[in-house]
Amino acid sequence: MSEPRIGVYVCHCGTNIAGVVDVAAVRDWALERLGGHGVVVSRDYPFMCSSLGQELIENDIKELGLDRVVVAACSPHMHEKTFRGAAERAGLNPYLCELVSIREQDSWVHTDKVAATAKAEAIVAGGVLRVREQTPLEPLHVPINDTTLVVGGGIAGISAALEIADAGFPVHLVEREPSIGGHMAQFDKTFPTLDCAACILTPKMVTAGSHPNITLHTWSEVTEVSGYVGNFTVKVLHRPRYVDTDVCTGCGICEEKCPRVVVDQAFAAGLGYRKAIYRPFPQAVPKYPVLDPASCTYFENGKCKACEKLCPPQAIRLDQQAEEVELKVGNIVLATGFQPFDARRVEAYGYGRYANVFTSLEFERMSNASGPTGGHIVLRDGVTEPKSVAIIHCVGSRDTNYNRYCSAICCMQSMKFAHLIREHTDASVYEFYIDIRAPGKAFDEFYERVQAEGTVFVRGRVAEVTNVLRYPEEAAQDGRLIVQVEDTLAARQRRIPVDMVVLSVGLDPQPDAADVARRFGIGCSSQGWIIERHPKLDPVATMTEGVFAAGCALGPRDIPSSVSTGAAAAARILGRIQQREMALEPVQAIVDAERCSGCRICGDLCPFSAITFDEQREVTEINRALCQGCGVCAAACPAGAITATAFTNEEILGQIEGLLTMTVEPQPVAVPA
Amino acid sequence: MNGSAETGFEPVILVFTCNWCSYRAADLAGTARIKYPPNVRLVRLMCSGRLDPAFVLKAFESGADAVVMTGCWPEDCHYRIQNVKALRRFELLSRVLVGLGLEPRRFQRVYASAAEGQQLADAFTRIVEEVRMLGPLDWGRPARPAVAASRVPDRPELVEASA
Repeated sequence: MSEPRIGVYVCHCGTNIAGVVDVAAVRDWALERLGGHGVVVSRDYPFMCSSLGQELIENDIKELGLDRVVVAACSPHMHEKTFRGAAERAGLNPYLCELVSIREQDSWVHTDKVAATAKAEAIVAGGVLRVREQTPLEPLHVPINDTTLVVGGGIAGISAALEIADAGFPVHLVEREPSIGGHMAQFDKTFPTLDCAACILTPKMVTAGSHPNITLHTWSEVTEVSGYVGNFTVKVLHRPRYVDTDVCTGCGICEEKCPRVVVDQAFAAGLGYRKAIYRPFPQAVPKYPVLDPASCTYFENGKCKACEKLCPPQAIRLDQQAEEVELKVGNIVLATGFQPFDARRVEAYGYGRYANVFTSLEFERMSNASGPTGGHIVLRDGVTEPKSVAIIHCVGSRDTNYNRYCSAICCMQSMKFAHLIREHTDASVYEFYIDIRAPGKAFDEFYERVQAEGTVFVRGRVAEVTNVLRYPEEAAQDGRLIVQVEDTLAARQRRIPVDMVVLSVGLDPQPDAADVARRFGIGCSSQGWIIERHPKLDPVATMTEGVFAAGCALGPRDIPSSVSTGAAAAARILGRIQQREMALEPVQAIVDAERCSGCRICGDLCPFSAITFDEQREVTEINRALCQGCGVCAAACPAGAITATAFTNEEILGQIEGLLTMTVEPQPVAVPA
Repeated sequence: MNGSAETGFEPVILVFTCNWCSYRAADLAGTARIKYPPNVRLVRLMCSGRLDPAFVLKAFESGADAVVMTGCWPEDCHYRIQNVKALRRFELLSRVLVGLGLEPRRFQRVYASAAEGQQLADAFTRIVEEVRMLGPLDWGRPARPAVAASRVPDRPELVEASA
């Protein structure tokens, strides 16, 4: 290699850098001390990222024949693309331009000007000795399949699917339950507008179900994912419905004639009943019923077959088997949602012990006009209207024993309940809260409205719900529930007798969230919420290219936010589809087959399955598109056969040498005599 | 060897960061103007798991008085579990370095999420102070008096062993 010609460009960033670092000294030092390492020009400029600053670099590349550039300015996370772009415009491979940070790592964190200047010099030297070792790289271009997989048919998944389908691209929507709709389909009203949830959701469900670009896979689950951005292969398991959906008309006669009635734990939250062959709710999409073999008489003892005999179009298939289909997709949206916190875990609140303690989901079903009580708010006996109701906030949320996070929706849902109770009954309503969190559009106005309607707000975390009477004057309350709470505004203990308690339960991640994360190769927090690529600036992308997330799978949120994250994920995907291909950063591991000894130490280290072993040639191979570029294999390879591009050993060793040896003067040391 | 008052010793500490968590934490410390001593110098890797033992030995050879490996918290690795592999390597290398006579505080590890600029700066401040108390490290400085030279193997041997 002929001696490189390196240009060094030191940015003032106004006074951000120049206020602490002696920029001119760094400039002169670089030319003087690093001249022997290939630096042929060194300049400073007030704002390197400005178009004039970039032109300065571009002109030098062209006129002085520079083949390497070091820019000493801000963090590479800020302007690496900018300066690489400038290098590229001047005809230099962009990966021969190195941006080193003398702002975030130096002028902004230090006050000693002499020390900061010396450190800036060391950082520049590190950049120069690193860039010397750099080689031209080309981004890897992968084609993008225009089909998208959306996992989860709640409102977030439906939104994402519709956005992509409306733009003209195919979507596979996979849903675990028999119908799409998710939790929103179970709700009665939505806060704070009190829109009927079904009225606004079912048109979307119908559109998704009949959309020519959307293929529904309900009663199905994703079992396997392989491949990489633009080229995923996904296996979807269709569980048997025992109904031939090509023949079924959705007339509902099978459901009507089925003699077996069981408690519906899923959609009706345990408050209502369903048949062994059923549609979870009348507006279900698709319209086909599903037969639950666990509750079907035929699957128990081989008798009955009422549905098969009475089905007008002969659509029942009692011998149907599960079926696995393979889909090729380019991008994936995970909208796998949440599960309600299990109220039984808070034993002090008595859910499961006291009949008249309800969960928020039970209350949603009860207040729904098409729900098990026809919209009547009644005690567990099904007839008695409560005279007083306690609503307890933060059940399972903001609690070090359960979830420390705020579930975001419970305050508003609780106040919605209070409003509905006041509207439907004459009951007095108590809300027990820690803080009221009503930050959304028209949320606080709704809070005021509920207060004005006469709901009593008691600030305090409820200690206990009990039916045990403690004082003689409570004798009249026999058979009622007593809410024990410290009213922190009045600074006193209260025991408030009520007929009904509603526990406003928080949101938990899905129980298999960690498995799903592993299957799709993404990260989730220790609780189970999907981790976004950047919590502020990239909130729907995950750390894995091509896998996006939307809705409550990312963390507790309300319906508008679920819809917007679904649409946002769709927008990101549509942008990629329209590019037809995508450039991946060439930060990768590459195997030199000549040097590979076939020891396979690297194979076990890769969590992305990018490393495979060619049994015939007895060498390791790395799939460039699967490789995420962490470099662990490169550090582990005993033969030195793996190169981590853009972070090669030579580059890093060079940087270390530059950082340490150019400015470090031997320290005076006291040596024992 | 001891501390700094009479010698004016300022240690140089090389810090390896991962691109996703600790480097971003260092960026955040900068953006938030959190101050720490100028004795630390950063090398960005994609992942703490990229840390080849040779890099650490090279750093000591080149005059670093201490080396710090930083990265994502164990469950938050951008590459799923690669920082755990880095931890494994760190523990092994620590034993080797201690066996060579290095004080354990000269090779440390720090976790910092992208949000933990303050914590990272605090760790830097603490480590600089600790190393200042330890005094300079003689590795890599040629022609040292006998005491120091006898305590460590020759330089080339060290690098060979790591390759």
